[in-house]
Amino acid sequence: MLRVTNIDTFYGSLQVLWDISIDIKPGGIVAIIGANGSGKSSLLNTISGMIHPARGSVVFEGREITLLDPFRIVALGISQVPEGRRIFPDMSVYENLKMGSYNHRARSKREQNLETVYEHFPVLERRKNQLAKTLSGGEQQMVAVGCALMSDPKLMLLDEMSLGLAPLVVNELYKVLKEIRLRGITIVFVEQNVRRTLSEAERAYILETGRIVLSGDVEDLREEEKVKKAYFGA
Amino acid sequence: MSVLADLATPIVMGILLGGLYAVIALGLSLIFGVVKEINIAHGDLVILGSYFGYVAMSVVGIDPILSLIVGIPLLFGIGFGIQKYLLNRAFKISMDATLIIAFGISIILQNIFQLIWTPMCRGLTTSYALESFSAGPISVPLVYLLDFIVAIIVMLFLREFLRRTYLGMAIRAAAQDWRAAHLMGINTNQVFALTFGIATALAAIAGIFLGLTFPFTPVSGMSFLIIALGVVVLGGLGSIAGTFIGGIAFGLAQTLGGHFFGLAAQMLVAYTMVLVVLAVIPRGIFGR
Repeated sequence: MLRVTNIDTFYGSLQVLWDISIDIKPGGIVAIIGANGSGKSSLLNTISGMIHPARGSVVFEGREITLLDPFRIVALGISQVPEGRRIFPDMSVYENLKMGSYNHRARSKREQNLETVYEHFPVLERRKNQLAKTLSGGEQQMVAVGCALMSDPKLMLLDEMSLGLAPLVVNELYKVLKEIRLRGITIVFVEQNVRRTLSEAERAYILETGRIVLSGDVEDLREEEKVKKAYFGA
Repeated sequence: MSVLADLATPIVMGILLGGLYAVIALGLSLIFGVVKEINIAHGDLVILGSYFGYVAMSVVGIDPILSLIVGIPLLFGIGFGIQKYLLNRAFKISMDATLIIAFGISIILQNIFQLIWTPMCRGLTTSYALESFSAGPISVPLVYLLDFIVAIIVMLFLREFLRRTYLGMAIRAAAQDWRAAHLMGINTNQVFALTFGIATALAAIAGIFLGLTFPFTPVSGMSFLIIALGVVVLGGLGSIAGTFIGGIAFGLAQTLGGHFFGLAAQMLVAYTMVLVVLAVIPRGIFGR
């Protein structure tokens, strides 16, 4: 579904990704794990077109998207939930969700997708006329995930969804993520919390200083000595 | 008693004039609020609107207000082009680059005006431009009343557009967080260009009513830019209601200043108020 091949990405003259290749199969749930500054967000941003790689290619459903602008990539069916719950603070919950359906493909399915979002997050329907900035952190994250769903995605990228949220809220979000996946949406998520990630994902890529150091099915990774040592202290 | 009666006219004039100032400032405020650019050329684009009305009236022979049917799309196109082909590119270099380009556009426009229309003072002298409207002891020029009514219509229209349409909402979204807007599938470059186009379309309207109210010269743009900046400082950026209140405050300061200290001092009083507001509530009356 998504094939990233040998990409090198820079911020100015600083290289943040080195020769990264990943392959995402349709319907999967894949985690990208790594410490702060290991390049996880940069990888997601490269896929969503927020930054363009200097070398390598990104191919989505057989179509090269390496150098496309983010809005075109969203229209093709990749939507990213950015780090830090970036929603529009001075717009209502409903307006935020409506913005999620901005691309033409999603506009025609707006009502249908809105129903889906409210089904997964009933609290958002109750708060639909409230300004987004008045919501709790967890609710804001629900709006962010809701916005991504509104764009009618085939592939959803989530950047540190659980950062700074209470464990109960995180559990709820992961529960919804599994439901979303049952709708046939492929999921790639980035986390720092390795234990959590290895229990939620099927496959994982482990990044260190911009390079992939390990990848594979999570069952195998859990047994891997390097992972045990680095992340579980065993 | 007679002091109060004397005050009635400058107060009404100030409020009505404030409507015109608000329309002039609206485009500036919109561009600053959304694209985060200070469009130094905004005053000159307003005067371009005035000259367009002048040509429509003196060459083609149609009413300047009616000429807006062509003037609005024409200036929209010019503004759209400026943002899309010049400023969107300059953006990537730095914010200073956009400021310098806007300054360049300002100088180019002023010189084009001088070349075509000479430095002479022009005005949109229509039959109704000289009429006045009286109610009791108050007598105001009819165009002032027209300015105010147009201001209210334009502002209500803009407010509803920003609230209800997909594009209007995208403009608000891009103003709040353009990166997030990007990730929601909004082509922010396109949205910025459309925003600039809408702002210059507003300048077209402002230009016509300015021309009906005041005489103008090729360099008038600068003084109206400064008035617009004052209005925006008073009202707070990025708020339509704030721009309206800011316009009225500025208009009142000017007419009351003129009433108490003489016409020569009216602008001094208005700008002094801007400075005081800047010092006391730097975010403006409605600022966030």
